[in-house]
Amino acid sequence: MNFWNDPLKVAADWLTGIFVGWGMNDIFAHVLVVFLGIFVLIMILMVIDIFLVWIERKVVARFQDRIGPNRLGPFGLIQPFADIVKLMIKEDTTPDGADKVVYNIAPMLSMMSVLILWAVVPLAPVMIGVDLNAGALFIIAAGSIGTLSIIMAGWSSNNKFSVIGAFRQVAVMVSFEVPMLAVMLIPTIFSGSMGMNSIIQSQNIWFVFISPLAALIFLIAAIAELGRAPFDLAEGESELVAGFNVEYSGMKFGMFYAGELLHAFTFGGFWAILFFGGYRFFGLEQVSPFLAIVIILFKALVGYWVIMWVKYTVMRIRIDQMLAFNWKFLTPVAFVLVMVTALMNVLLRGAGSWLYITGMFLSNVIVAWVSLEIVRSIGKKERERVEGVKVVAEAHH
Amino acid sequence: MTAEQIIFLIVGAATLIAGFLVVTVRNLVHAALWLVATLFGVAIIYTLLNAGFLAVVQVVVYIGAIAILFIFAVMLTRRQAAETGASVNKNWWAGALMSVLTFAALALLLQSWSGFSKTASAVPSGFDAINQLGDALTSSAGYVLPFEVASVLLLAALVGAVYLAFNKK
Amino acid sequence: MNEWIYVGLFIIVGLIIPVGAIGVAWILGPKKPNPVKQSTYECGIEPVGEGWVQFKAQYYIFALVFLVFDVETVFLFPWAVKLAQLGMFAVIEGIVFILILIAGLVYTWRKGMLEWV
Repeated sequence: MNFWNDPLKVAADWLTGIFVGWGMNDIFAHVLVVFLGIFVLIMILMVIDIFLVWIERKVVARFQDRIGPNRLGPFGLIQPFADIVKLMIKEDTTPDGADKVVYNIAPMLSMMSVLILWAVVPLAPVMIGVDLNAGALFIIAAGSIGTLSIIMAGWSSNNKFSVIGAFRQVAVMVSFEVPMLAVMLIPTIFSGSMGMNSIIQSQNIWFVFISPLAALIFLIAAIAELGRAPFDLAEGESELVAGFNVEYSGMKFGMFYAGELLHAFTFGGFWAILFFGGYRFFGLEQVSPFLAIVIILFKALVGYWVIMWVKYTVMRIRIDQMLAFNWKFLTPVAFVLVMVTALMNVLLRGAGSWLYITGMFLSNVIVAWVSLEIVRSIGKKERERVEGVKVVAEAHH
Repeated sequence: MTAEQIIFLIVGAATLIAGFLVVTVRNLVHAALWLVATLFGVAIIYTLLNAGFLAVVQVVVYIGAIAILFIFAVMLTRRQAAETGASVNKNWWAGALMSVLTFAALALLLQSWSGFSKTASAVPSGFDAINQLGDALTSSAGYVLPFEVASVLLLAALVGAVYLAFNKK
Repeated sequence: MNEWIYVGLFIIVGLIIPVGAIGVAWILGPKKPNPVKQSTYECGIEPVGEGWVQFKAQYYIFALVFLVFDVETVFLFPWAVKLAQLGMFAVIEGIVFILILIAGLVYTWRKGMLEWV
């Protein structure tokens, strides 16, 4: 048991020893150490968050053929700190007629709902966070609090744009929670547990190879849950000014902004945990916990990059299209996939692992292909209908 | 008093206060938000009872869906946020008396129950509540029929809601 | 129980950090409110009517449909946890459970309740 193999336990034992040496109660010392550990973890997350601002700005610049921040420090790395200073010393205005208490609580709840997600993130085999046996549902529960914070922010701002934005965002979030919950059943079926660490442990083969369609649906639902393009109806700069956070300024806006970036990064992490083996990478995670942390953070960054890629490539869709896409396409497909996966899981259980993976993969491909074919034929009919309406309208003129 | 009891007392008191505010505040959205606080307090009490799964479900379903539904309903039906009429009628004292009496009767009954002062026995290590629940819901000797009936119940709720909304038009 | 103490601590720390950040900003930032600065605006003119606009009933319908499916999926989680150790019977049971609700979705769809009109 040395520092390189289990740094958390060594540090915790060392600190507990010191606190007990000061004459503290055993349990109290333990709780205090855990408290400090969580505090340090969240501080690290906030530092990562600051750099996410830089990453986001750099990546969006590249997608739009610009350079991005490049003046302050090497590669503009100091830029986010300048942003923080600006947010800190900016005047914090509260609009007339705003509901002050709700208005001030909303950004805090928004940030909190993102930070508590990290309670269930296993960073390394020896740093599994809180190994809740309801881990998958915990993600959704934290998301519910996020939804609530958005509706609080929108309602309390006394602004039509923010109310409309909040309502649209909540409609998106609650809708896409259904396919997200449904595809979370699939890693649960494979691993026989909802705990994040057990899901990682049972991924000798990444679940993305067993169920690629589930990984894709999770990504789409996650993007909607994050309120990012093409589902950013809440913020729609061109329609709703900035949506639910239009009246916020200074650090309170900063909380929403930082919360959104960290949320995207976190869901990149959950995508990695549920479908890409989390901290596992060809046994490298066993070498050192530090390596495992690097692996999971790298995978989370890749997931974050994919989310950004979608955001800066795809255009915003209308709310009716968004809801139709969810309820008439994604939700039925997700439930069909759950049924097919459950059935194939039983049928192929006795078979060899290669047969199992191939069968699962093929069943996913078939479900995806069939649903896309159905959508294609419906889309064709819809286009013909719209064309027909146009022709009739022109004939009347 | 153990730490658990202290946490329970604080959370219980906060839940009760929030519940009281739900029915007394004049602003309907505030009432809905206090309801969220009450439901969250109940979720914490579930965790104190070692029912983690239930606590998470409480947050997902009650805060994530039902509270949102309430706020939507308030926003859809009302022009004004604040209720202007009186929230009690002149018989409020009779209602208060009845509830105090009911509470006293329940407390009296529970006092005479032998299990009232016992502390809960510890959950055996390795006990997985979700696994047990899954067992109960799926094994043919368990609650298969209620499991399916729950689905039919949800279907009936959905059809009923759609029917009501459809007929309104 | 024990693990939920950690989650509770996470919630507390998760609240302390944003409260601290906003608090520091409140101390550092200037505070010179005046009625004109705080007045709301809308598309470059004064707002018309009150901020609380009435919404269409469609939001409510979608929230209702969501509630039903939310509860359904929560029911399915214990089933999914146990599925690897169970036979065909449990799988069929779960599939019947899902199919009953898909019937509900189809009914809602056919009734035109999923249209945004």
